[in-house]
Order: sequence, then structure tokens, then C-alpha cells
Amino acid sequence: MTITDETIDYVGILAKLELSDEEKLQAKKDMSDMLDYVSKLNELDTDNVEAMSHTFPYNNVFREDEVKNGDDRENLLKNAPCQKDGCYKVPKTFD
Amino acid sequence: MDIMSLTAVEIGRKIKAREISVVDATKACIDSIEKYDKEYNCFVSVDKEAALANAELVQKRIDAGELTGPLAGVPIAIKDNMCMEGVLTSCSSKILSNFVPTYSSDAVLKLIEAGAVIVGKTNMDEFAMGSTTETSYYGPTKNPWDINKVPGGSSGGSAAAVAAEEVPCALGSDTGGSIRQPASFCGVTGIKPTYGRVSRYGLIAYGSSLDQIGPIAKDVTDCATLLEIISQYDPKDSTSVNRGDNDFTSALVDDVKGIKIGLPRDYFTEGLDPQIKEAVYKAAEVLKSKGAIVEEFDLGMVEYAIPAYYIIASAEASSNLERFDGVKYGYRTEEYTDLHNMYKKSRSEGFGTEVKRRIMLGSFVLSSGYYDAYYVKALKTKALIKQAYDKAFEKYDIIMGPVAPTTALKLGESLSDPIKMYLGDVYTVPVNLAGLPGISVPCGYDSDGMPIGLQMVGNAFDEKTIIRAAYAYEQTRTYSRPAGVSERGL
Amino acid sequence: MGKAYETVIGLEVHVELATKTKIFCGCSTQFGGEPNTHTCPVCTGMPGSLPVLNKAVVEKAISVGLATNCDITRNCKFDRKNYFYPDNPQNYQISQLYYPICRNGKVEIEVDGKKKYVRIHEIHMEEDAGKLVHDPYTDSSLVDFNRSGVPLIEIVSEPDMRSAEEVIAYLEKLRLIIQYLGASDCKLNEGSMRADVNLSVREVGSEEFGTRTETKNLNSFKAIARAIENERERQIDIIESGGKVIQETRRWDDSKEYSYAMRSKEDAQDYRYFPDPDLVPINISDEWLEEIRNRQPEFRDEKRARYKEEYQLPEYDIDIITNTKKMADIFEEMISLGVQPKKASNWLMVETMRLMKEHQMDADEISFSAKNLATLIRMTDEKKINGSVAKEVFEKIFTDDIEPEAYVNEHGLATVNDEGALKQACDEAIANNPKAVDDYKNGKEKALGALVGQVMKAMKGKADPASVNKMLRELL
Repeated sequence: MTITDETIDYVGILAKLELSDEEKLQAKKDMSDMLDYVSKLNELDTDNVEAMSHTFPYNNVFREDEVKNGDDRENLLKNAPCQKDGCYKVPKTFD
Repeated sequence: MDIMSLTAVEIGRKIKAREISVVDATKACIDSIEKYDKEYNCFVSVDKEAALANAELVQKRIDAGELTGPLAGVPIAIKDNMCMEGVLTSCSSKILSNFVPTYSSDAVLKLIEAGAVIVGKTNMDEFAMGSTTETSYYGPTKNPWDINKVPGGSSGGSAAAVAAEEVPCALGSDTGGSIRQPASFCGVTGIKPTYGRVSRYGLIAYGSSLDQIGPIAKDVTDCATLLEIISQYDPKDSTSVNRGDNDFTSALVDDVKGIKIGLPRDYFTEGLDPQIKEAVYKAAEVLKSKGAIVEEFDLGMVEYAIPAYYIIASAEASSNLERFDGVKYGYRTEEYTDLHNMYKKSRSEGFGTEVKRRIMLGSFVLSSGYYDAYYVKALKTKALIKQAYDKAFEKYDIIMGPVAPTTALKLGESLSDPIKMYLGDVYTVPVNLAGLPGISVPCGYDSDGMPIGLQMVGNAFDEKTIIRAAYAYEQTRTYSRPAGVSERGL
Repeated sequence: MGKAYETVIGLEVHVELATKTKIFCGCSTQFGGEPNTHTCPVCTGMPGSLPVLNKAVVEKAISVGLATNCDITRNCKFDRKNYFYPDNPQNYQISQLYYPICRNGKVEIEVDGKKKYVRIHEIHMEEDAGKLVHDPYTDSSLVDFNRSGVPLIEIVSEPDMRSAEEVIAYLEKLRLIIQYLGASDCKLNEGSMRADVNLSVREVGSEEFGTRTETKNLNSFKAIARAIENERERQIDIIESGGKVIQETRRWDDSKEYSYAMRSKEDAQDYRYFPDPDLVPINISDEWLEEIRNRQPEFRDEKRARYKEEYQLPEYDIDIITNTKKMADIFEEMISLGVQPKKASNWLMVETMRLMKEHQMDADEISFSAKNLATLIRMTDEKKINGSVAKEVFEKIFTDDIEPEAYVNEHGLATVNDEGALKQACDEAIANNPKAVDDYKNGKEKALGALVGQVMKAMKGKADPASVNKMLRELL
């Protein structure tokens, strides 16, 4: 499968990655090679196979609705690259 | 006495018998790291003061009779993708090179409860993506058997640290072979438990449906002992399974009579190094001579596991790694024009090549128009792989084979051709896709003297059978140390 | 000559569920609080943290599904919706795409006496995002994750509505159902109920749907009505001038009464949904479903029938009382405290409604307790206070929820039962109003009223009018 510049740019928007021209060239090749390689799966007839998102049949794991956590703000903000007034500070957003 | 030549359980026993103190053990461990790690680069961080202070505390609790377990006072290292309160947890990535969690992973908490003394965090492939520990932001780890070779990965730091006797045992994590393959390359033992056996809480996710934490140590006894401690149920992880059958040390029995072992014919094909093939067959003979029933059979689906794995793991990784965005923690780029520019620059500067490669692939296979063709197809393939195993386990108790098609490669040899590197995971990734437990034990050496690993895969939640067989096999061998290690102090 | 257009509207309604804790962690959902004080590693997306599902969220979602005639998906899962935004700590939102918990429902609405069904496509569970506040001093945004992880259900309707009136009737109906369930307080102004409007127009008679837009940020019924009208006109203008409506998301600015497109080149709208591997599937058994069904409260139609049969209330009263859960709750609590149904209804219908109108309040904002009103009614029945005092005291109950007995004592409002004082006041009134006395004696019943008024005035309003009436008749 040939990967176009547009595809690489589009995936870059989705993944929030900005690649240099050199990296883009490499990414195009890598992705194209990899997609060719994984197309091996098309040899398999999977029409009547159910997609298995969870390997084991475990279900219904719940928490009771009880407040367990207190105020942990100071701890959580310790790693923030930028903060103000007890909030994480980021470049101006749309809203 | 050279403390570092002992196993973890032996050290624990000597501490209990007051032949050595916890501080002695911790000091020996840190001395070894200080002396030898410059050469191997197994560690991302070592907190000597904290470890020694903790050693004294643990000694007091042992003296007070509060800590009685087999690993009380034993030094241990943790792969750097497990959060530890107050300790740098970087995933060997620039993007987390300043991240100090304020909480600990459940496995770490259970070790601390058991009185183990954590001495440091080990090097790994960035975000566990790789099979060589060369993609680390902190530089590659070297294989103690030959410093021109890779230790395997992604838990290369943990495996090499054990082989180099910088630490008696360590935790690794295994998403597609990341415990078993480096254990094999470094001549030590490692277990990838059944998915759900060990809590993933606090393990920085790579492929959430595949990741499992497990032990790496010099022998099966150490691994079983460690696994018993870290595998208690954790309500903080919805995929942690509460079974109460984690008394793995009870399986340390030298008896394989009647155990049915299947050797998949389709494992022993042209891609496999003949020396490895020979070593595995020899191991099969040994087990047979001890009363196991060994048969060859066709497992099937072998060549489809790697493509399915790389689609699933990359897709999950692309989502799991979205949170690294320069907002809440980790690296934020110096200069940016707006929000999206900040995201893109922080991530592009913070992630390494292999991580970006997998994020790009993962984002693509999930994107509109490709989801069914790639992601759903991979999940269906996974179902077929699981079926193949289920069928095999109707007949066999253990599926045995090599861990990897080659022994450790030269540094720098694999990175240039990613697909070739991925193919090295052929025997390990299907086990993760099917969620099964697998153990890697040393079973010989190639002509260059590099260790060869034997892999035994058990049915879901049946770690005991592979522990028992691996233990019985181990009794027929003696533990070998790399030349550089055994010649120390001579 | 302009063509006639039909508006086609579907709604995506987000409702915050009234649980104590967030959907995936044990943090409080309490509104307000200093920024980021109701947060933990899970709801701030810290590395290695994992979600664990709050059972109450599933049960509340199922109860809403049952009440809106949905099929419950017996095996449902959570999916990740991937998009980068600072209020979204993991940069993916845990939601449901492939197996939403409820599907194929419907609710009946009535507009201008005409009844119709609005079909519900699905209801899914998801987590709310945090809040972004603009910081004018640094021209940046500040992120507060207190709301991050608050449980939401999203109720997605089919494009079955044709006017703002239908939209509002549908929203009111949903709100009523959900409030009756106690699943949410559904306050549009506080954001616990939020509606996004999907709207397209087409020529009357056309079978095809036009291209739709989605309008967000609608914080009141009025804003919804205005935005619908505005968007309808905007789309018709585009079509009439030969243009094409673009499928896009628009943001409504109610103060300026216009909407604008929320597009940016960084916003690909490709969410890459996939099953969340960190959460296990939910399996809803017959038993569990039955248990939830048995716990469903009495809904409006059932209450209506029961009020009519048990309490013989007029339809009009029943309509108003059952129109909000709050009123119905107050009414039923008063009954349980022994108040006679018709009296309870009267106090709600007359005085309560009057004061709500005066204060421009919705029933949901009522803050007085049924107990205080019930006590007031009992005091009136026992003639401890008279009717006009009761109304005066109720105003205090309505605004400040005062305790009536204490208030009456404190302010000396109790009816005076002193026979001597009453007789003296009556005597004086008779002596001072000979004309009224004559008129009464000549058969003018009404004249007695004037005398009663005089006595009440002399007694400073604290006499029981009936007793005054009786005594005057005797004396005359």
C-alpha cells in the first residue's frame, strides 16, 4: 500500500506529531512496508469469526458508589509543567 | 561470601537466619551497581540513600517479627515503566524524563509490603517498544555475556542487571515477549504471567490488552516466589482476576511424570537458528527422560501472530500515549505558538523514533475507513490464535519451544530494519495475544557462548504447571554466569 | 414566491447522573469546590492509572433506558474516543460507540394537543470532561479537572422533531422522566442537562434529509428555541442563494444570538473509536434487569391515575402537581404527614404557585420543606392561627423555610382565644357601628362582614374570624 504525503500529514494531525521532511519520508516507507506486511492477514478467512477485544470472559467488574478520594491537588500538580491558581495552565483554547 | 552470587530466596534465607543483614544485602547490591553498571547501563536511576534507609527500616520490621516472607530484606530492581512514589519513572523516554509519580504501582506496593528493598529503576526500550533496549533515551543496555550485544528487550535493563549480578531479582513487563526474550538473551529466568494475574495499576501502559508485569531472576524458585507476592488481586485494575490460586511456590516440585508437552512443528522452521532448535530438542529429551510425555504437533496460525500483534499493540499504544501532551506532567517544549503547536512540538521532541513509528501506525489503523480492514481483522486473527491454543491445550499441558529465533544480536544490528526486528518476536507475541502464561529458562549456549532460552507456555492461569516443569528441568542444570561476572574479584 | 421548508431536528442530550462518585474513580462529583480538589490520578489521566466502573452509573443508565422504552444491551462495552483537548486528560474519552447500553427507545410528547413519538436511537454512558477557564492576565487557559470523569449519559434521538416547540416538549419530557427516576437533577443552566441540536431543512414534501449541522452550547430552553430558529433561517438562506449547507459543528452565542463554525484544521473529527481494553464488558442478566425494573419509581401517568382515585383531586390540580417531581414529592410528603389531600393540593396550587410566579422560580428551585407547610396547615386546622396569618407565615416558609410554630410564637401571631377580650371588641364594634347593626338586623347579611372586619382590626388580625362571626351573631 502506498502512503501519500496527505496520509502522513493527516495521521500527524490525529497523533499530534510533527515530522520533519526527512522523518516523513522514512515514515512513509515504514508505514507502507508495515501495511504490506500485515496484509498477510488477508489470507485468513475471518468472515464468521467474532473480533476478540477481551481475551478472557470476565465481566461486570464494578466499584460501589462511595467517595474514597479526598483533595490530592497539591500532589497531582507537582508534575505540571505550567500551573496557575491550582489549575494546569495551557495555551489559550478555543472556548 | 559474595552476596551477589546468591539467589533472591537464598539472600532472604540468610537474612532470616541473621547471617547477613538487610543493609549488608542492600550495600552489596548498590556496590555492584556502582562498580559495574557503567559498563552495562542497566539502571536509569538508583537511589542509594533511600535504599539504605529503607533497608534499616525493613531490618527493624524483620527483627520485630512483622516481616517474615521469603523476600523480606531482599534487594530488587524495578523496570522503569512502573510508577513508584517519589522516584523518577521515565519509561526511558525524554517525554517523562522529569516525571516523579506521587503514587506507586500495585506490584511495587506488594513488594514493599513483603519487605523487598527497591534499589533502582531499570533501563528499557522507550515505552517498552522494542526488543533490544536500544531505543532508550538513556542509551542502550549491554548484554553482560558480550557487551557488544544487546540484552534483548524491552526489559533488557532488568534481565541484564540480574545476569550481571547487580541485583538478585527484578520486575519486568511483557507485552510481546519483553520479559521472556531478554531473560533468554541474558541467560536468566523470567515469567510472563497470565493476563490479569498481576495488577497493571501503575504500570505505564503500552498495549493494555497485552501488558503483564512479571519476575526476572536467576532461577525458577526466585521467579515463583516473586510472582506469588505480586500476583494478589487488586481492585484498582478491572482486568485483575481474583482467583486465590497464586501459591506458585507449591509448584516447585521436581516431578514431570505424566505431564504432556507439545512441541509445535511449525515453530521449528527455517527462520530458527539450528543451534537453538537443537538446544530445545535436547531439553525436550531431558524432560522426556524425567517422565514427561513429549509430542510434536501442528499449532497453526504461527505466521499471523506478528502482524496481528503489531496492529493491536500499536493501536492501543497510539491511544495510551495520547496523554503525554505537555499539559499535566512530563516534557513540554520550550517555545510554541498555540495549543496544537505545543502538543505537536512536545510530543515530536519528547518521543523517540520507534515510539513515533508505532503511534503513527496505530493512529492509522484506527482511523476512519481503515478500522475494519486492520484493527478488526487483527482482533479476529487474535480469536483464531486463541482457538489454536485452546485446541492445543485440550491435548497438552505445556506448549514448548524456543523463546526467540536467534540469540542476542549485535548492538545496532536490528534498528535499521523494523520488520526484521519484529520477526524476532514470533514465538513470544502469540502468547500475549492469547493472554497465556509463559516462562523462559536457559537451556544452552550457541557457538559464541551466548545463552539460549527455552519457552514453556501454559494454559490460562495454569502458571503452576510451567513452573513445575521449568523447575524440574532446571534441576538437571547448573546456573552459569557470564564470564565477566564469574571472573570478578579473581 | 419562496418555497416552504420543513425543519428536521434530532437531539443529543447529555445528562449528568446524580451519583456520589465519578464514573471511574472514587472522587466526589460534588459541584463547586476549589479547582482540581476533586481529582485523583485516574480522573487527571496520570500514567499507569486505570478506570474501575461505578456500578450506580450502569444502574441509573439502565433505569433511564427502561423509562424511555429502550432495549437494554445485555452485553455492552466501553470504547475510547480519541481526540486531543486540554479538558480531556487522557486525550481520549471513555464512551460507548459499538455497544451502547440502551437502544431503540421512544417517548411520547404533546404539542398543541397533538401527540407524537420521538424515537431514541441510543443511550450511552461516558465520562464528562474538565473545565477550561480563560485567564485574561496571561491570555492562556486554565484547566480544572473537578468535572472530569463525572458520569454522563448521552441520549441520542432520531431526527423526529420538526419545530422548537417539539424539541422543548421532548426535553421537558426527558427531564421529567429523569427527575422522577432521581437519576439527575437535569438543570440546563448548571449544565447537568445539555442539548446539542442536529438540524437540517428540506422542502416540504421531500423524502430526503438535507445536510445537517450540530449546534452546541445551548444553556436554556429559550436559547434552544432561538438557536433553532436562527439555524433554520441560516440554512434556508444558504439554499435559497444557491449554496450548500456544510456538515459542521457550530457554537451558539446566546448573547449575540448567532452561531459560528467550530472548525479548525487541527480538528479532524476522526475519533478512532476502539474497545477500551482497561474495562471489562458489562453483562446484564435477567435478574439484574428485573431488580432494576422493580425499583423503578412511580412515573407521572401512574401518579395521575392514583391521585385521581385515592385523593379525588381535580385533573387540573393533578396536572400541575405531577408536572414536576419536586411538587409531587412535596405533595406526597405532606399526605404522609397527615395533611388532607385537597388541602395540601390547595396550598400548592394557590399560594405556592403565586409565590413561584412572584419570585420567577421553577418548581425545582423550591427550597421549603413539606414538613413546615404541613405544620402550618395543622396549626390552621387547630385554629392556632387564622387564614391571613397562615398566608403571611407561609411566605416566610417559602423564602426561608422557617419553622412555623417557633415563628408564630416569636412574632405573637397566634390567634387570641381570650373570650373576654373578644366580647369587648365585639361590643365596641356594635356600639360604634349602629348603621351596620341596623342593616344586619334588616336582613343585610353582608353588613356583618363590616363588623367582623372592625373586630379583626381591633384584635390586630389575631382573632379567629369564625369565632368573631359567631359571637357577633349571638350578641346581635
